[in-house]
Amino acid sequence: MYVYDEYDRQILAERVAQFRHQTARALAGDLAEEEFLPLRLQNGLYVQRLAPMLRICVPYGMLRSEQLRRLAKVSRDYDKGYAHFTTRQNVQLNWPALEDVPDILAELAEVEMHANQTSGNCIRNTTTDQFAGAQSDEIVDPRPYCEIIRQWSTYHPEFAFLPRKFKVAVNASEHTDRAAVQVHDIGLETVRNDAGDLGFKVYVGGGLGRTPMVGPVIREYLPELDLLTYLEAILRVYNRYGRRDNKYKARIKILVKALTPEGFADKVEDEWSHIKDSPSRLTHEAIARIQAYFTEPGYAALEDNPEALVQARAESKAFDKWVTRNVDAHKKPGYAIVTLTMKKTGTPPGDVSDRQLEQIADVADRYSFGEARVTHQQNAVLADVRQDELYDLWQAIKPMGFATANLNTLTDIICCPGGDYCALANAKSIPIAESIQRKFDNLDYVYDLGNIDLNISGCMNACGHHHVGHIGVLGVDKKGEEFYQISLGGSAQRDAAIGKLLGPSFASEHMPEVIEKIINVYVENRTEEEAFLDTYRRIGIVPFKERVYA
Amino acid sequence: MPDIITSDGQIKADDWTVVPRPEEGEVLTLPEGRVLIPADMWLANRAQYPNKETVGVWLESHDEPGMLADAVDELSIIAVNFPKFTDGRGYSSARLLRERFGYEGELRAIGDVLLDQLQFMKRCGFDSYALRADKDIELAAHCLNFFSQAYQAATDTEEPLFRRRAL
Ligand code: HEM
Ligand code: SF4
Repeated sequence: MYVYDEYDRQILAERVAQFRHQTARALAGDLAEEEFLPLRLQNGLYVQRLAPMLRICVPYGMLRSEQLRRLAKVSRDYDKGYAHFTTRQNVQLNWPALEDVPDILAELAEVEMHANQTSGNCIRNTTTDQFAGAQSDEIVDPRPYCEIIRQWSTYHPEFAFLPRKFKVAVNASEHTDRAAVQVHDIGLETVRNDAGDLGFKVYVGGGLGRTPMVGPVIREYLPELDLLTYLEAILRVYNRYGRRDNKYKARIKILVKALTPEGFADKVEDEWSHIKDSPSRLTHEAIARIQAYFTEPGYAALEDNPEALVQARAESKAFDKWVTRNVDAHKKPGYAIVTLTMKKTGTPPGDVSDRQLEQIADVADRYSFGEARVTHQQNAVLADVRQDELYDLWQAIKPMGFATANLNTLTDIICCPGGDYCALANAKSIPIAESIQRKFDNLDYVYDLGNIDLNISGCMNACGHHHVGHIGVLGVDKKGEEFYQISLGGSAQRDAAIGKLLGPSFASEHMPEVIEKIINVYVENRTEEEAFLDTYRRIGIVPFKERVYA
Repeated sequence: MPDIITSDGQIKADDWTVVPRPEEGEVLTLPEGRVLIPADMWLANRAQYPNKETVGVWLESHDEPGMLADAVDELSIIAVNFPKFTDGRGYSSARLLRERFGYEGELRAIGDVLLDQLQFMKRCGFDSYALRADKDIELAAHCLNFFSQAYQAATDTEEPLFRRRAL
């Protein structure tokens, strides 16, 4: 994992001092509210319904155990003792006091953490696959490229006041896309050309929110050394020509659509032609230097399926189920990738207490080289666990509430904070998640249903990614009452798609039974081994409509 | 006459007057002294303004800086307007003027110029700043220099940190 050098430490220390200065001026009344706004946003501080919220950056989702412990300490000392894992691999505190934020940032800086550019109209945290570096199906480890982008985008002087926020995601896995690159402002997918040289396929103009869109490809192959100059060209075109007259039309997707993907690509290529050979062009040495931080941990030479694992699975059905559901294959024989699920019924998806953060740190130290990851599905991952220690790990995390064996199932719901926290919400989302989890409390039935992404957002800003859920739920306001619209057929995977609206919305108390009807249509129509999304694609939306509105 | 601050922290009296764009149908009337006029109006009547010590230009945030590409040697000052400090187009305009069109004269930020944006402006090639009147110009030098290092190349730093680190 990346470790700061003198430069990184100094720049971050200067940033903390700067924000202290800015906060003091704001509190003294020398900075008007609207002048302080973008400054605090770019330091992670957002004011929501009940209190400020501090969004702490977790670059591409990677955390060391000491960082988890510091997050626990900060949430205990400055907040109410819990934090929230977000759908952008970050961590949020819900109740910090404005005047404490410089101190919180100083404490975070001690463990190489910050809240830079986690809000505001700037380049946000670059996200990637939570299994990066540990899975076998990977062209290259994407994290060094994410780190290179992090450094390039940090306090970029030209792009601190973009028309709107800007999100980049990187995927390097050949057959899956856990980073949802096609619904980002820029999606980068690693590819090798015929000569075997590494490069990126570049998608621009995807996104959710008000106008959901799957991003078109604007370049099939960008050599890796050209990564930063090409990003700079895209950002410059966007900064200069993106709409600034209407905040709802300000995302890059609107510009790409207005110019057409070809027209947009031409403008980018033209801009790029002037800067492609500038000193900002990457070098193999620079990439190698960052890659050296992401070398493999000290894996032992092991065999797959050790006796201890085989035996434990045979003896405990619950353990066996957990392994089947929550454990993924690792590139190294004898190792496994474990997802700690944060989706226990009754706990808001993604919420973790200070104690739980420390527990994750403890199991990361004990079982996974001291590192953990945050996923955009609001879970955590231990990426390097020995298969012969899986049983011990399972025993350890059960009492912590992280062993609910529902990964990627109907009850592994992605859910935004919604009306319980968020000032923009049309409706609550957490209680809907809970009522659906309660309805589907029979794990065997949930397994039988297979992989289903159910995503809930409390308004059309789509923090809960509802457009790309196989089943999407969107909170709407109907004459002051909370209602929910359902869409079907979305996907954030390689076959990315925006879900289709089912029809009129429902009151909250009807939601569990409506979901049940949808599931029943699937169960009645599926062929053997057919997943929900495939059945939907084969039979279309009509049978679902007919049942739900019968 | 309001003061301006320069990138090296000097506070100076300023004698350039920004002449706004005249209303439709009105003609441009120049006050006494040194003036900054809309860049397109200067271009349209270039021969009329031969003295670059008394007439300079300003660009609106949506103006194409490329319009001045072949005129940069005829100007000693170009100003870029920030109609609102959140309008970030001026940063790109500045870099293009410096890095693409080779402008070497004074580049000034005008309009909604506040303290916390000075560092970014400086990195993008501005070298003088007409700070908004209600802001404390005494703090400007401090705000220009919050950071001693930067990750990226920009107008003020030719080599990005990844190249400097390699040394
Ligand atoms: C609590 C207060 C929050 C507020 C007020 C808020 C506000 C917003 C707004 C206004 C947008 C849409 C912006 C646009 O379309 O340009 C947005 C998008 C988004 N938010 Fe939040 N958010 C909040 C919390 C969260 C949380 C907790 C998460 C993660 C669970 C999150 C994840 C996202 C994501 C992933 C998007 C991107 C959708 C896209 O690509 O357009 N937000 N948020
Ligand atoms: S989707 Fe809407 S309700 Fe949910 S967190 Fe985002 S802005 Fe708030």
